[in-house]
Amino acid sequence: MRALGLFNYWVVIFLMMVGFYTLIARGNLIKKLIGLNIFQTSVFILYITMGKITGGTAPIFVEGGGDVVYSNPIPHVLILTAIVVGVATTALGLSLVVRIKEAYGTIEEDEIHDGSL
Amino acid sequence: MSHHLPVLLVAVPLVAAPIAALLNRARLSWLVALAASWWALYAALALLSRTLSEGVIRYALGGWAAPYGIEYVVDPVSAWVILIIAFIAAVVTPYAWTSVQREIAPDRIPLFYAAFILCMTGLLGIAVTGDIFNVFVFLEISSLSTYALIALGSDRRALTAAYQYLIMGSVGATFIVIGIGLMYVMTGTLNMADLAERLPAVSDTRTIPVAFTFMTVGITLKLALFPLHLWLPNAYTYAPSAVTAFIASTATKVGVYLLLRVFFTVFGASFSFDVMQLDKVLMPLALVAILTMSMVAIYQGNVKRLLAYSSVAQIGYMVLGISIGSVLGVTAGILHLFNHALMKGALFMAMGCVMYSVGSVRLERMSGLGRAMPWTMAAFVVGGLSLIGVPFTVGFVSKWYLVQAALEQGMWPVVAVVMIGSLMAVIYVWKVVEVAYFGEVDPDADIKEAPLGLLIPTWGLALASVYFGIDAGATARVATRAAEMLLGVGS
Repeated sequence: MRALGLFNYWVVIFLMMVGFYTLIARGNLIKKLIGLNIFQTSVFILYITMGKITGGTAPIFVEGGGDVVYSNPIPHVLILTAIVVGVATTALGLSLVVRIKEAYGTIEEDEIHDGSL
Repeated sequence: MSHHLPVLLVAVPLVAAPIAALLNRARLSWLVALAASWWALYAALALLSRTLSEGVIRYALGGWAAPYGIEYVVDPVSAWVILIIAFIAAVVTPYAWTSVQREIAPDRIPLFYAAFILCMTGLLGIAVTGDIFNVFVFLEISSLSTYALIALGSDRRALTAAYQYLIMGSVGATFIVIGIGLMYVMTGTLNMADLAERLPAVSDTRTIPVAFTFMTVGITLKLALFPLHLWLPNAYTYAPSAVTAFIASTATKVGVYLLLRVFFTVFGASFSFDVMQLDKVLMPLALVAILTMSMVAIYQGNVKRLLAYSSVAQIGYMVLGISIGSVLGVTAGILHLFNHALMKGALFMAMGCVMYSVGSVRLERMSGLGRAMPWTMAAFVVGGLSLIGVPFTVGFVSKWYLVQAALEQGMWPVVAVVMIGSLMAVIYVWKVVEVAYFGEVDPDADIKEAPLGLLIPTWGLALASVYFGIDAGATARVATRAAEMLLGVGS
């Protein structure tokens, strides 16, 4: 049961490895960026999971609820920043791919490498 | 006003960047960049002198007291790195005006300055902040703008270099975020000073060593420690000359600063070195970096690429000093941050002059340049001598401290490697000097000396590298103070 209780963390590890593998193994520049995105998303889930407390509610102050348990909002806020950074990185990466396509006529890594020689 | 200096140091350039983009005129945007970088230099000097006389400056952002609010902390180490960034930016910006006109399309020049200021802002922010998640945010500000700056290079390979750096840099930054998250989940705080207090209580769990490992990999990727340096040679080679001069002298230095900050201040020297044995990882990598990268540098035909590999080797010297772990060793590392910034700045700026006049920095195109461009090549020789570590240059001062630190610990093989590294530097510097001074001049080529707008900043850095090599008292004092503070000894 303990392993099942850590379900989210298993998902994080799985996504992280999938993303990292795609990033390393694929030669297509767009696929690499998708891998990077999956990799970053796994970290988002890691943070969000950390902030969750069993039985915890949304961190909005409940009037008169003395024994209400709140989830920790800070990891959620932090990851909001990281999501913005991730969006910016993806946008910049994609625009670079567009310009690489214009300059080389391909977005396959091995073909670009052949063209550079 | 002076009370708010730590935040204004970052806030002024941060506001200047969109202004430079919106003005959309090359001249105006350049003036904004110039004002921002000189402002940063003024703020850096003021902060350094204040922290040396009054001690650590703490600034609570928005009046929210740490550890709940974000805190900016200026101590001798961060003030030192801030000064390096601001000084190099203040020298490179005037240089950029002439250099960029030749290398970047006119409609992109205002955006170039906007990205340049943003990059400086990010680097300054990393150095000034006392909040570890804030480090990540500034790291990404500087990294994203650096990718854009590299992609502005005129060669199409600049695009693939920028892409490669983007992928590797993002992975490195994400590793750092994972490390920060794991530290947060164990301690519930992001403030560096607060983390340092709370980490020892939980340091024997499995989470903290894992966080430590993620931070190590992420940071060493950012500072381009061998074997995580693969993004660096292409990025430096194909970026516009002014960008190479700036990032080569600052970006990796900030990575080294982060290494010092995280492993000495946050985790603490005893945890990093005695428990996690970080020195046993860093030292072999640093030694291998010095030997192999100097060797690779010897065989390069493109001088910018040669200098890029030499940079990886020089990062090896900095990390080597830090991995020795004594006050003297860390002093050598910190001292070399500044010294290397001066000489590599001068060398890459000299290459920018060659790029301006010749249009290429390949060795075969530089034949006889010693006569056609005497001032440029003389600056290159001064920087090259410094790289080798000839007395009366800054390179000698760094190596002197490094060798002393190694001897103090009885590490003779380390001394040998430093010496061999210097000898290899002789070879690769000589290769350029030989071609430039003893090669045949191409009679058809009409090569003129670079304009003063390029030569003055180049010589500024070259002369600084001689000045601080002769009079190393002030720099060595600050570096020693910084090292003592990091190791928690002395004053």
